[in-house]
Amino acid sequence: MSSNKQSKVLLEIKELKASIGPKEILKGLNLQLRSGEVHAIMGKNGSGKSTLAKIIAGHPAYTITEGDITFETESIIDVEPEIRSQKGIFLGFQYPVEIPGVSNADFLRLSYNARRKYQGLSELEPLEFFEFINDKLSIVDMNPDFLNRNVNEGFSGGEKKRNEILQMAILETKVSILDETDSGLDIDALKIVSNGINELANESNAILLITHYQRLLDYIKPDFVHVMQDGRIIKTGDSSLAKELESKGYDWLK
Amino acid sequence: MLDFRLRAYEYWKKMIAPEWACVHYLEIDYQNILYYSAPKEKKQLNSLDEVDPNILDTFEKLGIPLTEQKRLANVAVDAIFDSVSIGTTFREELSKVGVIFCPISEALKQCPNLVKQYLGTVVPIGDNYFAALNSAVFSEGSFCYIPVGVTCPLELSTYFRINNEESGQFERTLIIADKDSKVSYLEGCTAPKFDKNQLHAAVVELVALDNAEINYSTVQNWYSGDNRGIGGIYNFVTKRGLCAGRNSKISWTQVETGSSITWKYPSCVLVGDNSVGEFYSVALTNNYQQADTGTKMIHVGQNTKSRIISKGISAGNSKNTYRGQVKMGTKAHNSVNYSQCDSMLIGDKCQANTFPYIQVNNSTSRVEHEASTSKIEEEQLFYFLQRGIDFESAVSLLISGFCKDVFSELPMEFALEADKLLSLKLEGSVG
Repeated sequence: MSSNKQSKVLLEIKELKASIGPKEILKGLNLQLRSGEVHAIMGKNGSGKSTLAKIIAGHPAYTITEGDITFETESIIDVEPEIRSQKGIFLGFQYPVEIPGVSNADFLRLSYNARRKYQGLSELEPLEFFEFINDKLSIVDMNPDFLNRNVNEGFSGGEKKRNEILQMAILETKVSILDETDSGLDIDALKIVSNGINELANESNAILLITHYQRLLDYIKPDFVHVMQDGRIIKTGDSSLAKELESKGYDWLK
Repeated sequence: MLDFRLRAYEYWKKMIAPEWACVHYLEIDYQNILYYSAPKEKKQLNSLDEVDPNILDTFEKLGIPLTEQKRLANVAVDAIFDSVSIGTTFREELSKVGVIFCPISEALKQCPNLVKQYLGTVVPIGDNYFAALNSAVFSEGSFCYIPVGVTCPLELSTYFRINNEESGQFERTLIIADKDSKVSYLEGCTAPKFDKNQLHAAVVELVALDNAEINYSTVQNWYSGDNRGIGGIYNFVTKRGLCAGRNSKISWTQVETGSSITWKYPSCVLVGDNSVGEFYSVALTNNYQQADTGTKMIHVGQNTKSRIISKGISAGNSKNTYRGQVKMGTKAHNSVNYSQCDSMLIGDKCQANTFPYIQVNNSTSRVEHEASTSKIEEEQLFYFLQRGIDFESAVSLLISGFCKDVFSELPMEFALEADKLLSLKLEGSVG
């Protein structure tokens, strides 16, 4: 394992229980992300992986009934979702929504400036931002034309996911949760997206990948692999666990 | 004039109030309306501190400059910015090029022949119930005449905004653009306007002669009643433009956000060959507001073109209806219409309707109609929030994106204000 036990804890989830309506989805989940670490969560459909991602980001549809989530040692369960984002928590969506009538350039600039403002830095004017973003486009191999298009509108599956990684890049996020970023990608797009993520991973941030498939982990090597089942993490191992799951499936566990 | 009024009254007595619109209201007691009231001196306040803080808050959010805030709230302003003197300056500048712009009562004295020649030619006295009522009793309004070959040097909006006199309950507006002339007119204001008159039945008539162009924009934010729908103004307006001359053009742009009930169809009658009619509209309803609005494009001449872009936004328990008619007459050869009607729903208790009426009476014309309905989804808002963009900014971005095609037709500073106005009206209604 590459990470150092002494590095800073960025995100910690303790005995977390959460539900949507009357249905309990997370049933006492524990997880700790330290800076410099890459984690992967795998598991069957319906095991609660995407719910976990949304709850960390503060989606209003879910209720936390027990337990706590801390970010840099402070509880965030009562913090508004936009503030969590401004603090540096990022969720790469499984299905990024289309936003008609709003240009990507405007959207990215507002998002970037919201984070800058929170950090006490000056906000960028449209022209300054344009220069800044142009440099970042190469991370995900994006054509500058796409800045003038409406957010995700008419984007291919690959473009949508590349757009997510671009946002992660400009926000310089501390904890990035990437929910099935590999789904719906052809092999070329998968390479571009994985390269982008690898380029962004560093000693001061942490990444949590949610995936069904080993193939993403061929490109991004996780320090930890967790298996989620029925709202809990039932097994944790290193990257060899993912290979084992690929060949044996999930049923041999438990 | 008396004869005009009496004939209108006779018509009105025989008519019944229209019931086809998608709006509901209690019967109006027409005997109980004061048809003329001399403007009373409003109590002047000494400073903004005496003004209702809610109103100031609204001004703040709309970004209205301080001096204008004072004027709107009826606070005494310093002599230099006194609205009367600025008004006079504008008037001098206009009269230099021969533009007549004055209250219609004054026009009746100054240029009675012009008024007589055109009044009631676009909206005949018996046109509809509310127009007949207006013709019988109208007391005030604006008159504007642009002489041959003149491009009006000012946006008449600016003038109007500064001279926001007590507008009558039954306003009558007549604008005539003579050959080769051009004028842009803006009525209304983004600031909320309270008024004790419940029924407003205005009539606006526009006439464009050969090669003339009239752009008429409206931003309406009258009191719409409280959040249970009590009180509020009924806005039953007849607006129509006549493209009488060849190559003439009339363009209506409206942003309707106020009134408890809006019943309004700014229309174009395209008589001159090659004439163009346009209608750009944003209608927003919230709480218990009802709007039944749209346009009529009546193609009479050859090679006439019309374009309709309508954006309806409904929130709360409101009802928002687009009703539009496109008619291609038997001689309107090679005429073209394009209509686009988009509705956006916010929440699950509001309603949006679209009623296009299309009639084509010749074989060389083309009519296109597109319509769409969308909703602000919780997942869209969460996407914004997850990227650190707060709720209000998110809604205002979504709304201005939706209305982009219409706002681009408004004069620049109004487009910005209109944008903010919509966000303000929707505050607290999403999610």
